Amino acid sequence: MSLVLEARHIEGGYDLGSSFLKAVDDCSLYAYEGEMLGVAGESGCGKSTLAKLIMGLTKPPLRLVKGKSIIDDIDVYKLSWKERKKILWGKVVTMIPQASMNALNPTKKIKDVVFDVVREKYSTPPSKSEILDMAKKRFDEIGLDPVALDMYPIELSGGMKQRAIIAISTLLNPSFLIADEPTSALDVSTQKLLLELLYMLIKRNIVKTLIFISHDIATLRQICDKMCIMYAGKILEISDTEDVINRPLHPYTERLMESVIPLMPSVRKKTLKGIPGAPPNLLNPPSGCRFHPRCRYAMPLCKEKEPPLREAKKGRFVSCWLHLG
Amino acid sequence: MNMKEEALLRVENLTKIFRTGFLGKGEKIIAVNDVSFFLKKGEVLSLIGESGSGKTTIARLILKLLKPTSGRIYYEDTDIWEMPDKAYWRKVQAIFQDPYASFNSFYKVERTLKNVFKLFPDKISEGEKDKKVHEALEKIGLNPKEVLGKHPFELSGGQMQRLLLARCLIIDPEVIIADEPTSMVDASMRVILLNIFKELSKKAGKSIIFITHDISQAFYISDRVLVMYRGRIVENGPVEQILFSPQHPYTKRLISDVPKLHEKFKFTLT
Amino acid sequence: MTERIVNAGKLIVRYKKLLIGVTMLVAIIAFCTLGMLLYPIDPKAIIFRDLQPPSSTNPLGTDVFGRDVLAQLIHGTYNSFRIGILAGLIATLIGIVVGAAAGYFGGMLDDLLNLITNTFLVIPTLALLIVIASYIRIRSELMMVLIIGVTAWPWTARAIRAQVYSLKTREFVDLAKISGLPKYEIIVFEILPNMLSYIVMCFTLQMAGAILSEAGLSAIGLGPTALITLGMMLRWTIVWEAPRIGTWWWFIPPGLIITLIAVSFLLINNGLDEIYNPRLRRMR
Repeated sequence: MSLVLEARHIEGGYDLGSSFLKAVDDCSLYAYEGEMLGVAGESGCGKSTLAKLIMGLTKPPLRLVKGKSIIDDIDVYKLSWKERKKILWGKVVTMIPQASMNALNPTKKIKDVVFDVVREKYSTPPSKSEILDMAKKRFDEIGLDPVALDMYPIELSGGMKQRAIIAISTLLNPSFLIADEPTSALDVSTQKLLLELLYMLIKRNIVKTLIFISHDIATLRQICDKMCIMYAGKILEISDTEDVINRPLHPYTERLMESVIPLMPSVRKKTLKGIPGAPPNLLNPPSGCRFHPRCRYAMPLCKEKEPPLREAKKGRFVSCWLHLG
Repeated sequence: MNMKEEALLRVENLTKIFRTGFLGKGEKIIAVNDVSFFLKKGEVLSLIGESGSGKTTIARLILKLLKPTSGRIYYEDTDIWEMPDKAYWRKVQAIFQDPYASFNSFYKVERTLKNVFKLFPDKISEGEKDKKVHEALEKIGLNPKEVLGKHPFELSGGQMQRLLLARCLIIDPEVIIADEPTSMVDASMRVILLNIFKELSKKAGKSIIFITHDISQAFYISDRVLVMYRGRIVENGPVEQILFSPQHPYTKRLISDVPKLHEKFKFTLT
Repeated sequence: MTERIVNAGKLIVRYKKLLIGVTMLVAIIAFCTLGMLLYPIDPKAIIFRDLQPPSSTNPLGTDVFGRDVLAQLIHGTYNSFRIGILAGLIATLIGIVVGAAAGYFGGMLDDLLNLITNTFLVIPTLALLIVIASYIRIRSELMMVLIIGVTAWPWTARAIRAQVYSLKTREFVDLAKISGLPKYEIIVFEILPNMLSYIVMCFTLQMAGAILSEAGLSAIGLGPTALITLGMMLRWTIVWEAPRIGTWWWFIPPGLIITLIAVSFLLINNGLDEIYNPRLRRMR
C-alpha cells in the first residue's frame, strides 16, 4: 500500500495583528492508498486549519511555521503559490468545503463550469469535446445522468447538485480528496447520499485517499477506516474506527464517545455525561498536556510535560501519559 | 384523559402564510399548515423537522412574535392574543439557537439578563435584581464572577447558552420554547445542556417544547414527539413509539438516514 | 464610557488613513478657530489697497474690494464648517428617524416612506437646491442649513433603513421583545447602538456633502446673503474674473481649503470603513 499523504510535524496558525494564534501544533498524519481517514474534534481544535496547511492553502493570515507535507511524492511547500495552483490543487489534491452545493455559479450551465475548471489547469487544454467526454464518463461513474451537463444548477435537485460537485472536483483525477465538514449544512438524506458518494470514490478507485473532517463522530464512523481525534491544536489519538469508538485510549476520546447519544431504549433512563469546562484559549494554552485541566485521570506529570504521540499498542497511536509508561 | 383539563398550551388549526411583493400581492409561502397539538404540564415535547418544516415559525407564533393567518393558541384555556403581552411572557419564554446573536453584542451580558425585570409590574431595586441574577446563575452552575461584566465575544458558546437558560430561570415561566438550543454548541457541552432541560422538566415541573432536527437529542429528553414536514405534522406520539415503530414514510426515512454510532450504513454501489 | 474613548484613540493611531484624515481635519479646524482669535482683522473691512499680492500687512494679499484675504479665509472656513456640521446633523437625524421607522415597522409605513425617499432621491439635488434657494429672498445662515439639510437626508434614510431591516430579524431583538421592552426602547437602545459605526460614517459623509453643497450654491450666486463662506469667496473670484487677472492669492486658497476638507472627510470615512470591515484591511 503506497503512502499518499505524509504530513510531518505541521505547525501553523493565524497572524492576528500583534499576536500569532497557533491553531495547529506539531501534528503528523499519514494516509495510505485506499484509506479513508476521519479527523474528529470539537470547535477550535484546528482540524480545518490542519487540512489547509496540508494542502498548502496558506492564504494570509494563515501561515505555516514549520513542517513538511508530501502528497504523492510532491513536497507541497517547495512549490510557490502559483505552482501549487497549477500543479497541485485540483490535479493532485482537492478540497470539498462546507455548503459546497452553493459553490455552483447559478448563471452557468454545468458543462461551462466543467470547461472553466479544466482549462484553468492546463497551458494547452484539451478540446471541448475531449473535456465533455471526460465529464460524461465521470458523471456515469458517480451515478449522474450526463444530460445534467446541459442544465443550470437551479434545474438540479439537491442530490444531483451534490453528485455534480463531487464529479467536477474529481474530474482531473486527484489522488487525494479532503472533505471539510461537507455534511453540516445538509438535511439528513442528502448527508447520507454524500457519504455514499465519497465511499464510492474510494471503492471505485477514482480517488486514492480521502480525509473526512467532522465534529460528528456518528457521521465519520459510517465510512472512515481510521479516526484521528484532535483537541486544542494537537492530535490526541489515531486508531482504527472500531477501536476508537469501542476501546478508546485517550480520556478525551472516552468522554467524546460518551457524549454521543445512541438510539437505544436504555439511554432515556441514563444521564449521559458531557465534559465540563471549555477548550483552552490557544493564545495561552495550558502547560503540559492540553487536556489536563478537564481530565478525570490527570496526574502531576500531565501538567508538567506534554506527552508525545506514540504507538501504545499495535497500530494505535495516543498522546497520553496513562498509556506511555 | 381529559385533554381540556391537563393541557397547559393548546394549538388549534394553526396556519401561517407569508406573502411577498408590494402590498402583499406576490407569491404565497405556507409555512405552517393546519397544525394542532397540545402540551401538558411538566412534559418535554419535541418538534422534529428539517429546514423548511415550519418548526421555527411555530415557535415564533407561540411566542407572540408573529400573528397567525388562522387558528388559535390557548394558554390555560385563554386565547393568547387576548392575554396582555407581559403577563403571557411571564409564563412562556424562549431560548434560541445562536447564543451570540441572542445577546446584544454592544452591551455586557448582564444587561440582557436584567432587561427581563421589565416584565414584572412591581418596581425592583438594583440590589434585588443583582441578587436574583446571582441566584439564577448559581442554579445553572455558572460562576457569576466568570460571566458577569463580560461581553458576549469573551465567553464560550456553552456559557452563553447557559446564560440564556439563567435568563429564563429569573423569569420562572411555566413553558420554555427551546429552538435548536444545542446546534451551535459542541457535543460535550450539548449533553450538559440537555441534562439541564431534563432536570427542569422532571424536578421543577416545567413544560418544554424542544425544537430540533436531531432525532437523538429529541429521543434523549422528550416524552412525546411531533414530526413535521413542510408545515404539517406527519406523525406524533410517545417518543419510543415514534422511534421504534414509525408509521409515516417521512419519519421512517428520517430515522433510517440518521448516522448512528453503533451501526454502519449499508451502501449499495450502483 | 472612557474605556471606549481610549480604545477609539488607540484605533485612530493604528490606522494610517484615519490618522491622516483626522490630523488634516483638526489642522483645518484649528486654523479657523485659532485664526479668529489670533488674527483680529475684520474680513469685511474695506481698509486696504485693492488687489495687492501677499505682503507683511496682508499675508494672503487683498481682494478686489481691498479686504484682507486671509481674514476672509479664516472666517469663511469657520462659517462653511458651521453650516456643514449643522446641515449634516439635520440630514442625519431626519435620515435616522425616517430610516429606522421604515425599517423597523415595515408594511404600509415602509412603503409610504420609501415612496417619499425615492422621490427625493430621483430629483437631482442641485436642481432642487437651486429651485428652493432662488425662491427665498433673504438667505440667512439658518436658511442655508435648512435648505441643505432637508434635501440631503434621503440617502442616509435609505442606508439606515437597510441596516435596521436586517438587524430587526436578529435573535436579540426577539429576545428584547419577549422581555417586555417597548418598541421605541428596542429601536433606540438595542438596534441603533449596533449601527453606531454606520451612523458615524453617514454623518461624516453628510458633513462633507453639506460643505460642498454650500460651496456649490454660493459659487452660482445662491449662497447666504450676508455671510462670508468659502463658497462666497469662490463666487467673488468668479464674478470679478480673478483667474484672468492673475490674482492667484485670492482664488487659489478657498478652492484649496475646500478640497482639503473634502479629502480629509474621505480619508476619515475610508479609515473608519477599514476598522469596521476587517476584510478591507491590508494584511501586514
